[in-house]
Amino acid sequence: MAENIGKKQVQKVAKLSRLQLTQNEIDEFTGQLSAILKYFEKLQQLDTEDVKPLAHCLPINNVFRDDLPQQSLGTEKTLENAPQHDGDFFKVPKILDESSGA
Amino acid sequence: MNDLEYKVIIGLEIHVQLCTKTKMFCSCQVGFGEQPNSRVCPVCLGMPGSLPVMNKKAVEYAVLVGLALNCKIADFTKWDRKSYYYPDLPKNYQISQYDLPLAENGYIDVPLDDGKTKKIRITRAHLEEDAGKNIHSTGNFSQVDLNRAGTALLEIVTEPDLNNSRQAKTLAIELQKIVRYLVVSEADMQKGHMRFEPNVNLIINKDGKEYKTPIVEIKNLNSFRALERSIDYEIERQLDEFLQTGKVMQMGNKSTRGWDGEKQVTVLQREKEEANDYRYFPDPDLVPVVLKGKWLDDIKGNLCELPLKKQIRYVSKFKLSEYDAGVLTAERSTAELFEKAVQAGAKPKRLCNLITQIGLKLANEAGRCLAELGLNAQHLAQLAVMIEKGEINASAADNIMQQMIKTQKDPTTLANELNLIQKSDEDELDKIVGQSLEENAQAVEDVKSGGKKSKKALGFLIGQVMKKTKGKANPKIVSKILHKKLS
Ligand SMILES: [Zn+2]
Repeated sequence: MAENIGKKQVQKVAKLSRLQLTQNEIDEFTGQLSAILKYFEKLQQLDTEDVKPLAHCLPINNVFRDDLPQQSLGTEKTLENAPQHDGDFFKVPKILDESSGA
Repeated sequence: MNDLEYKVIIGLEIHVQLCTKTKMFCSCQVGFGEQPNSRVCPVCLGMPGSLPVMNKKAVEYAVLVGLALNCKIADFTKWDRKSYYYPDLPKNYQISQYDLPLAENGYIDVPLDDGKTKKIRITRAHLEEDAGKNIHSTGNFSQVDLNRAGTALLEIVTEPDLNNSRQAKTLAIELQKIVRYLVVSEADMQKGHMRFEPNVNLIINKDGKEYKTPIVEIKNLNSFRALERSIDYEIERQLDEFLQTGKVMQMGNKSTRGWDGEKQVTVLQREKEEANDYRYFPDPDLVPVVLKGKWLDDIKGNLCELPLKKQIRYVSKFKLSEYDAGVLTAERSTAELFEKAVQAGAKPKRLCNLITQIGLKLANEAGRCLAELGLNAQHLAQLAVMIEKGEINASAADNIMQQMIKTQKDPTTLANELNLIQKSDEDELDKIVGQSLEENAQAVEDVKSGGKKSKKALGFLIGQVMKKTKGKANPKIVSKILHKKLS
């Protein structure tokens, strides 16, 4: 299944991840990623015919918390580590793509 | 446009903010209008080493909506990471559900204008976390407020079963009622508690051939009006575009557009599907949810009769108009008060008038919902019976209801205290009517001569009797006596 990853794919993944790579980096990462994928190819040798997909590596579920508010950090502390802030807001480079919002 | 027909195809994605006290995966309190970035913690800030923990209530609320939407509830669900690259979710991914959503394959009944209902299939409903807010207004940078980041959000996706903007809007309104009935969301549009993303395209028949226009997703609409208008605009736009360019649906040519509320147009945001490559994968920080047995039964116990079903029942059982039934069932607490008062002996139609004409008016003036006025169902029923029996008239009922709210006294006591019991004694009223006729010979003449003046004169005479009795005469009996005496 996993053919060695090509430069085009690396470029695509970089673009999706908002990473600007130099030509050298693309070459370098293409090699590295190919090696990693090749290593994982070993897994293909396993017979997984009757194995259910694993959702989590621990055999536990339903770890919940009650809906009870606790103290948050507060604005001052929250912004303390931020490289830049503007009043009570984080300050970030202008977002050009308008399609943010989950 | 000769020999051209088209059909509109709409599917809806709806985000509903759940009214949990805390966020989906951390204990930060959910608020609105708080100081920016005050309601955040290492978890919702995406700090390395912090771990999310599920809010049980959010899962329960989501399941409840799934049940109300007739979905199959998954007995096993898990959490996935969806890649995300905007600063309003600083983890760089959104925790969501990909291949194992909490609820699937349901439907919602949507009332149509002709009184029928249409089943719109629900593809899925899943839980996820909301993003914060990016504010773009300032200069060469953006401001970010993360108070909303991590708030529990339910995403509901419908099949493309809607065929016009009105159906889409009606579905949205129905869903708003449902989540409010279930008390799982305030569904306050002003606060962005419900956001809509319609997918719109057309199937066009031209010269005997069928064409499909490329699907357009309209992002982040936060009012029913914007939902309706943007779809209408998009229908026109797609039709024009097809006629001009002949562009049809192909793999990957779905686009995303935004709604400009000021110009009332949709604006292209993203041409290609490619950027939608979210690369989901299971979140290793969160364990799965197994939902069955007593826990599921307990959640089911919180279901209630849904608004549309109630409305239909009110029409058939209580013989109310569709409009009245709609008003009474718009809020669950109003409907419950109505039903309790009916059980306590009120005639439904009479009670309905009391509630819709007086109760809701008073509630509106007080800026509250009816149930918050503290009206007692027993007293309300008594009041309706008093009107039914002719013991009080409508304006007295208004007065009495105001006092009921203020004093919590029963309406009979209040009617006596306020001296509002109607005079229904025919002998006594007969005398008063007789007096009024003697004193107003001209009006009597006018009534008897018939024609245009007659009606006005009759009204005048009733008014005179009312004046003499300080408004307490039973108008039905007065009018009966008047007719007898004047014919
Ligand atoms: Zn938090």
